[in-house]
Amino acid sequence: MSNETGVQIKQRKRRNKLIEIGVIIASVIILAVILPSIIPAFRLRLIGRFLSLAIVALGIDLIWGYTGLLSLGHGIFFALGGYALAMNLKLQTTGGELPDFFTLYGVKELPWVWQPFNSFPFTIIALIIIPGIVAGLIGYLVFRNRIKGVYFSILTQAALLVFFNFFNGQQEIINGTNGLKTDTEKIFDIVVSSPGVQRTFYIITVICLVLIYLLCRWLTSGRFGRILKAIRDDETRVRFSGYDPTGYKVLVFAISGAIAGIAGALYTVQTGIITPSIMKVAFSIEMVIWVAVGGRGTLIGAIIGTLLVRLAQTFLSESFPEIWLFFQGALFLIVVTVLPDGIIGWWTNYGWFKLRSLFGQNQVVTYPSLEQDPGVQQEKDQI
Amino acid sequence: MSQLGRRKFLLYSSTGVLASLFLKGCADSGGGDQAADPCAAADPCAAADPCAAAGGDGIKVGILHSLSGTMAISETTVVDAEMLAIDEINAAGGVLGKQIVPIKEDGASDWPTFAEKAAKLIDQDKVVTVFGCWTSASRKAVLPVFESKKHMLWYPVQYEGQECSNHVFYTGAAPNQQIEPAVDWLLENKGKEFFLVGSDYVFPRTANTIIKEQLAAKGGSVAGEDYLPLGDTEVTPIITKIKAALPDGGVIFNSLNGDTNVAFFKQMQGAGLNPDKYPVMSVSVAEEEVRQIGPEYLKGHYASWNYYQTVESPANEKFVSAFKAKYGEDRVTNDPMEAAYIMVYLWKQAVEQAGTTDLEPVRAAAVGQKLEAPEGLVTMQPNHHISKTVRIGEVRDDGLFDIVWSTEGPLDPIPWNQYVKETKGFACDWTDPNKGGKYKEA
Amino acid sequence: MSTLIEGLFNGISIGSVLLIAALGLAIVFGLMGVINLAHGELMMLGAYSTFVVQNIFKSFGDPWFDFYIIVAIPVAFIVSAVVGLILERGAIRFLYGRPLETLLATWGVSLILQQFVRSVNWLLMISLGIFSLLFFGGIQVVKKRADWERIKSKTLTLLIFLSTGIAIAFYSLLSKNSVLTKAWFSARNVDVTAPKWLRGGTTALGFQTPYVRLFIIALTILCLIGVYWFLQRSTWGLKIRAVTQNRTMSSCLGIPTAKVDALTFALGSGLAGIAGCAVSLLGSVGPNTGQNYIVDTFMVVVVGGVGNLLGTVLAALGIGILNYLVGSGTLALFLTSFSAPQSLIDFFLFFATSSMAKVMVFALIITFLQIKPAGLFPQKGRTAEL
Repeated sequence: MSNETGVQIKQRKRRNKLIEIGVIIASVIILAVILPSIIPAFRLRLIGRFLSLAIVALGIDLIWGYTGLLSLGHGIFFALGGYALAMNLKLQTTGGELPDFFTLYGVKELPWVWQPFNSFPFTIIALIIIPGIVAGLIGYLVFRNRIKGVYFSILTQAALLVFFNFFNGQQEIINGTNGLKTDTEKIFDIVVSSPGVQRTFYIITVICLVLIYLLCRWLTSGRFGRILKAIRDDETRVRFSGYDPTGYKVLVFAISGAIAGIAGALYTVQTGIITPSIMKVAFSIEMVIWVAVGGRGTLIGAIIGTLLVRLAQTFLSESFPEIWLFFQGALFLIVVTVLPDGIIGWWTNYGWFKLRSLFGQNQVVTYPSLEQDPGVQQEKDQI
Repeated sequence: MSQLGRRKFLLYSSTGVLASLFLKGCADSGGGDQAADPCAAADPCAAADPCAAAGGDGIKVGILHSLSGTMAISETTVVDAEMLAIDEINAAGGVLGKQIVPIKEDGASDWPTFAEKAAKLIDQDKVVTVFGCWTSASRKAVLPVFESKKHMLWYPVQYEGQECSNHVFYTGAAPNQQIEPAVDWLLENKGKEFFLVGSDYVFPRTANTIIKEQLAAKGGSVAGEDYLPLGDTEVTPIITKIKAALPDGGVIFNSLNGDTNVAFFKQMQGAGLNPDKYPVMSVSVAEEEVRQIGPEYLKGHYASWNYYQTVESPANEKFVSAFKAKYGEDRVTNDPMEAAYIMVYLWKQAVEQAGTTDLEPVRAAAVGQKLEAPEGLVTMQPNHHISKTVRIGEVRDDGLFDIVWSTEGPLDPIPWNQYVKETKGFACDWTDPNKGGKYKEA
Repeated sequence: MSTLIEGLFNGISIGSVLLIAALGLAIVFGLMGVINLAHGELMMLGAYSTFVVQNIFKSFGDPWFDFYIIVAIPVAFIVSAVVGLILERGAIRFLYGRPLETLLATWGVSLILQQFVRSVNWLLMISLGIFSLLFFGGIQVVKKRADWERIKSKTLTLLIFLSTGIAIAFYSLLSKNSVLTKAWFSARNVDVTAPKWLRGGTTALGFQTPYVRLFIIALTILCLIGVYWFLQRSTWGLKIRAVTQNRTMSSCLGIPTAKVDALTFALGSGLAGIAGCAVSLLGSVGPNTGQNYIVDTFMVVVVGGVGNLLGTVLAALGIGILNYLVGSGTLALFLTSFSAPQSLIDFFLFFATSSMAKVMVFALIITFLQIKPAGLFPQKGRTAEL
């Protein structure tokens, strides 16, 4: 290792890249082709939902793991995306007429916010753009004043509550607590909950997950990614180096919001309902926990963390419906205190070496600088 | 190195604790709660579960309520009542000679979770019916699941109506069996001016829409209305509004839910709003809530229900004593618990009449089932709601209710409200394929 | 005029509840930089302690029952402070300097505490006792050995497995005993009834003032004075302030920083307990009690600015008064009497319901933080960081 030539390094990098592409393709095949044929439809739907949650986790990793901004308000963007699609589905079913729940509140005309959602292409764009713009706006207001750290987190939480109470209280516009159902609605004249549509949504989710993973990969590597990490590690120094962190932060927060919007839309159609409860404080904190469990600052960690936590949650709440909160609380506590770098971080820092030493490939870990120091090398040779 | 040591230690030990907690959990559901619920869940410890053998030829039913989160306060009491009914039926030999095996799921006060767990109960556990839900929002969330799978839900709570699904049996009151008689009674006995207070969600809002129409039709008036977010405990602004709107006293119609009731009544008394000038009629406060709020704060206020613990009937005596024997002398029974208790029996009768647990025969057999319930005779109507006796109760010192008024006999349910313009003239009949869930009455 | 005073009083009474709930948080967050999301659950524990004390006094009979609240306050303080101490020693001390991670860890703790009050019973408590006895007793015994440092890691792992195993075996052995497994509180709410002298109200000031509100305002003032005295006038307060300003330097000067941390956290938690006792007189007591307050209290602390009690006081009162004026429609009425433009009145009328008032207050808080990002009284520091 210590005496690799430039060519070797290049080769190794290429090999790693090939391995990564191979892993991605393999997991896509497993997720999109093999899984649907071996597990029951409702479990598949569950996995589809977990995968869409993994998409939000990617967005959160982007701002928390890479940029150091802990958002406790991602439920807003998630819900906005979900509501956008649900509104369109409602209108597709009624053919642009007034959806039935409005009669409960004596609303006679389609509110103006609903009008544009008659168009499907507009909805698709809106469910990405609207959360993005809202995130950008919140981000701009917050970052412009150089609010950061804990204050940022609490502010996003306040914003979340504003949205939650608003959506909850406005029955006449978006049906309040009951939310919008999508299961019995129609998309292109097919019922949303029919197996074919659900499978299509599942495959779209897998594709979106891969695309967004690649997007995040691309964003976090290269110059942009290095600036993000620099902001995370020392924002003041970034500013003194002549960069304006505000723009970068707003941009990355907006992207993260847009990603959450996509995830929300996919989650909604696979859940069958969107309600303001998706904007509860607990859910947004949970999103952060997924990333923490997987390992922040590693994109794959966000995905793995989400899947693991959600699977554990489903399994535990099915097996121990009365006491499963104990496990969940313990999980959060332990992950944060014991595994600050998450599962992936633990694996790369510790588990991998442990595994290798089990197979006899014991490697003495030293400082890399010592490894490369010619003086040390000389001494080693002499011994 | 010592850093690594500590981390390693913490890691090992936490894995250990987790593993042992896990084992403890198994012990809990496998052995711990045996007394309370045989075969609590189909869990990974099934091998060690003495019920596993019985589960093979038992009849699986789902119980889907919030065991955690905001709604757990109310919903766990309903679970208790359902478990009581199941235990009684099992002790008496079960249904069709088989034991009932309840499978509990936690909806966690989160509506999408309700939908997820409903699908799980139906698809994976293959339950023959589900008893569950409390809030309208959770019912609305699981409704598509039950409709798309043509399955069966039994719903035990009084609700706002305006719904009539072939796949749900409603054993709580429809508005005409609770809210409308209460308003009529108030108009006659307490005054014409109403202030409407409710939690900010669909039941209170719809209920208040109905009340406003009813008052307009009968010569009452609404002095004001306000809605509190669920879980809010600060009611000072509302009290100010009530005082401003009704300076000389008047009727307060309260459809607050859960925690907020506690804050509302405690702070009302402090603000000097007493029952002689400001009588409160509640539709979500029953014996259990009175116990939680404290009877001192509630004495003299009213509630409208179909059942009170103080109803005098042999069936009720049996229910109350069985409940206290199982869960302790300090526990009380209330309307939703009674509705949950009788719905298990109604389902059992339907299964026995159908001679099978298959969904369609049971659905057909359920309509017309009669039961001498603790609240009196109930009958499952063709619109999947049950006929019920309506009673107005006044809170007394010991936290139970004095029944001050009741209907002569059971009142037939009307799910589509006749005061609301949009649904006036509609009805529901699932026994006639030409009529269905919403047809225009001739 | 009297409506204005009445409005002010009502606003202050809302604010005082916020303040007493936020006081402990202001200390923990302001002095230690720990975001304690379990603060609400510590309040809940205080409320449950009040419930237990009330029940004990109920069995003493009538004259005693009237004064249970006097005993309940210190008991609530002690219970919450002890739990806070355990929390600090057990988890939070590993996380100092990483505020965002304390946020996540304490969220986990809050879930555990909520579930704990739902399922706590004698058997669980005894099992926990057996576990602690075996585990900590075992450590004490093994610690005497000379090679403790060498075998530390392995012994601890072994001990934790052994004692958990024994505790669980004990639990499952006795779990059929229904007396022991009867839940203390269960998931249902419990009732806390104020003693007679706190029920009702007086009209001495020209308008209705509930006794409970007066009591809470008085209690809040007492707590404020107590905290001020402790931090500014006592030796430990001096040490706490020193550690807040410069941890390393304080440590060098011989201040036991670990002890100071534990003490500060316990103090903050204890104040949460008192707050829990106070809110149990106004609202419900159940596993979710804490959740109802946690976000509001954080808003108070953030608006007030970190590490400044005066800021917290002003913020709590400000938010309380604003909430009342908007939510009760008093502001809209007031504007009408001044014949303000109709659009403005309509705007405030739209927000004059309890749930929309919340939307408006939070939106205003966000706007306010645009102007003063670090709260009313920001900490002075090197400006490059701000």
